[in-house]
Amino acid sequence: MTKTIHVQYFAILREQRGLAQEKLTTATATAAEFYDELRGRHGFTLEAGRLRVAVNDEFVPWGAPLREGDRLVFIPPVAGG
Amino acid sequence: MFKISDQPIDPAALQHQLRDPRAGACATFEGWVRNRNDGQAVEALDYEAYAPLAEKEGARILGEAREKFSVLNAICVHRIGSLQLGDLAVWVGVIAEHRGDAFGACRYIIDEAKARVPIWKKEHYADGGTVWINCATRGSAAGGTPP
Repeated sequence: MTKTIHVQYFAILREQRGLAQEKLTTATATAAEFYDELRGRHGFTLEAGRLRVAVNDEFVPWGAPLREGDRLVFIPPVAGG
Repeated sequence: MFKISDQPIDPAALQHQLRDPRAGACATFEGWVRNRNDGQAVEALDYEAYAPLAEKEGARILGEAREKFSVLNAICVHRIGSLQLGDLAVWVGVIAEHRGDAFGACRYIIDEAKARVPIWKKEHYADGGTVWINCATRGSAAGGTPP
């Protein structure tokens, strides 16, 4: 079943995508599958293992199921301070 | 309080917020924009944050510091936007009855914030290149653009 996901990009992913956010439909079931799909499409250099993922402003495991209308952020390696 | 700020940080105002007659110690940490990293001359930095989650995760770190140390209050503010050399990028202030807890909690907060809070740093080098720090991938220009 396809669902609509709002994706927000930060830092290196924003630059590689050329966008800060977009609304996408996907048939993938989990955040991990969805990232693989987007990585293939946009040539993101970072492997999923180097990222974390957040849904609706909270960290979630990569295996978390995607739901209609979720707001999703892939989080590249952080570098505050 | 953990806050992401797109305005310059005012350490005096933040320290004033911490004033408390119960406190015998105030430990603060300031992170400044440095002119070198990994042997390259840095000219400027851009910081960006996923603010809603950064402030949530930051608040969790402050809560952990309160559990691990005997702390009366703690504040951390991280700047985002374009910063120049010498600019204040992050400020941490902790008050406690005694200095050991103030130092320990201050160190804990900055270490955890650097490791866990969704904030990213792009360095601009004197040779014109840029790099997103920690985002290097094998065989690429370290997650950035070559000069």
